[in-house]
Amino acid sequence: MTVLRDIIITGLLLGGIYALVSVGLSLQYGVARVLNISHGEFIMVGAFITYVLFTSSANIHPLISLVIAGLFTFIIGWALHSTLFRRLMDTSPSMEIFEGKSMLASFGLYYVVQNIARIIWGSENRGFVFLNRTVTGAQIPLNRLVALAVVIVIAVAFYLFLSRTRMGKAIRASTQDRTTAGLMGVNIHHVLAICFALGLGLAGIAGSLISTILAIQTSMGLSYVVIAMIVVVLGGLGSITGAMIGGLILGLVSALVTYFQPSMTMIAYYVIFIILLLVRPKGIMGR
Amino acid sequence: MKINNLSTTRWVGLGLLLVVLVVLVLLPTITEGYLPVLVTDILKFVILTVAWVLFAAPTGYMSLATGAFYGLGFYIAAVFNGPVPFPIVIIIAGIAGFVVALLVGALTLRLRAAYFCIFTFALVLLISNVVLEVERLVTQTRGRFVETETVEAAYYAMLIIAVLTLVVAWLIRRSRHGLALQSIGEHEEAAAHSGINVTRTKVLVFAVSSIFMGMAGAIIATRRAYIDPGIAFSMNNTFLPVLMAMFGGMGNLLGPVIGAAIFTYIGELLLTRFPDLYMLIFGVVLILAILFMPNGILGLGQQIWAKLRGGRRAPA
Repeated sequence: MTVLRDIIITGLLLGGIYALVSVGLSLQYGVARVLNISHGEFIMVGAFITYVLFTSSANIHPLISLVIAGLFTFIIGWALHSTLFRRLMDTSPSMEIFEGKSMLASFGLYYVVQNIARIIWGSENRGFVFLNRTVTGAQIPLNRLVALAVVIVIAVAFYLFLSRTRMGKAIRASTQDRTTAGLMGVNIHHVLAICFALGLGLAGIAGSLISTILAIQTSMGLSYVVIAMIVVVLGGLGSITGAMIGGLILGLVSALVTYFQPSMTMIAYYVIFIILLLVRPKGIMGR
Repeated sequence: MKINNLSTTRWVGLGLLLVVLVVLVLLPTITEGYLPVLVTDILKFVILTVAWVLFAAPTGYMSLATGAFYGLGFYIAAVFNGPVPFPIVIIIAGIAGFVVALLVGALTLRLRAAYFCIFTFALVLLISNVVLEVERLVTQTRGRFVETETVEAAYYAMLIIAVLTLVVAWLIRRSRHGLALQSIGEHEEAAAHSGINVTRTKVLVFAVSSIFMGMAGAIIATRRAYIDPGIAFSMNNTFLPVLMAMFGGMGNLLGPVIGAAIFTYIGELLLTRFPDLYMLIFGVVLILAILFMPNGILGLGQQIWAKLRGGRRAPA
């Protein structure tokens, strides 16, 4: 029983982190139409910001760095979208061409961010000790429980933002039909930039959380993008609720498979992916 | 007058091609050591880039699995070379690339382009993990020693495959399938309505392009004494050809060749001493190329050339 409980708690935590990352990617692809390969690099940036702030003389608490990392990557996302991707969109004759070009541009970003980070921080493993004690009765370290709580808080806040605020409504409208949304008075460029920036912000926050529970290195980003992309397909391209559910599913699968045979996780993801493509390519929440 | 002019350019082009080919064939007999090794590497990227462009340029489907097919060939050479003769190994690697690409294509190419892109993206990691698992269960080892070939053997093998890749790419572009691909890229539904079997055409050309990726991998593997899945399956072999194609321009076959040659050479200069800097420059160049040279360096050259001649012709 304790084994099962530990697997479920670890799975929920991983799933929560995957969900944050995937919702970010889903916003970028579903709304802003950028299949962002460099998404994972901003997870890494978030993780390293937290690491640097914690180990510096200021010794800033990771939960505060979380906000700093999120804001920082949000601003970068905003700047990137309003310069690079906005320009690409204006010069592309069709949406398909924009999708191709923006993906290639995100390749470029991947190389730029990753290698700047490597020049600054090198390529070895880093980590710091944060709340690394177990809670009475459970074999789960406290930092994992804190991370899980934070994930839940952020997910709820984000859900409320999407469902209750005016901006959230504009984002949902743009996901469904951006042209019509534009005609209804939504400032579409503004919404797209916000979506892209929110995506990177979530990546930064996820990175920050990851740094409190796992060792980090400058090459960590790519594996998270791979997972997030599978999750986004699993949930249904462009569906934000789908990305959350998909993230949780993949997290639980990951925890379960890792318990028996860690090297099989990637294969397990792909088995799910292949079954999905064969049976229901539009995903869980796809229309 | 104009027709005459055009055919002269064509003859000059053919002559140049012949000269380049002769120089490449004679190269190992003229110099020794470093130069043939460098050219082998350049040819490897020429093969990968041209093979990638063969499918991606007309259709707009961005495959991110180059590294997977390359790695597959690489690993096959590690397993078979020695007991099986080198040329046969290369052919097996090509067939393996073809078959895997056929499966991947059949699974994903009937869906939207995004599915194909996402599925191929992580294929490198998947195949590398599968190979690692199989090795763990069967041989209980991580890596393998490879029966090596000489520099010359690898060089000539690579040259032959590179020429083959270019010829096949050229033939496909001129064939019915090339036109079909082009029309799929422009408007898939319209292509389907004009009687093209859209999925079959896409899957077939994708699989053919993967043959050469597998072959290139098999040849490079024989220049190493020891490999493991981490060495064989690298994301860089997926990413670099895409960047080289974007930099060179995808409008014709010369662009990818130029892109691959320039970047492999610059890479060779920078990679050993400043690997991070090289990749950083690569990323910046890629973004600038996408923003400001939509037709690659070749398109830019043509534009400038057209301006210099004072013509008002649009660049081809």
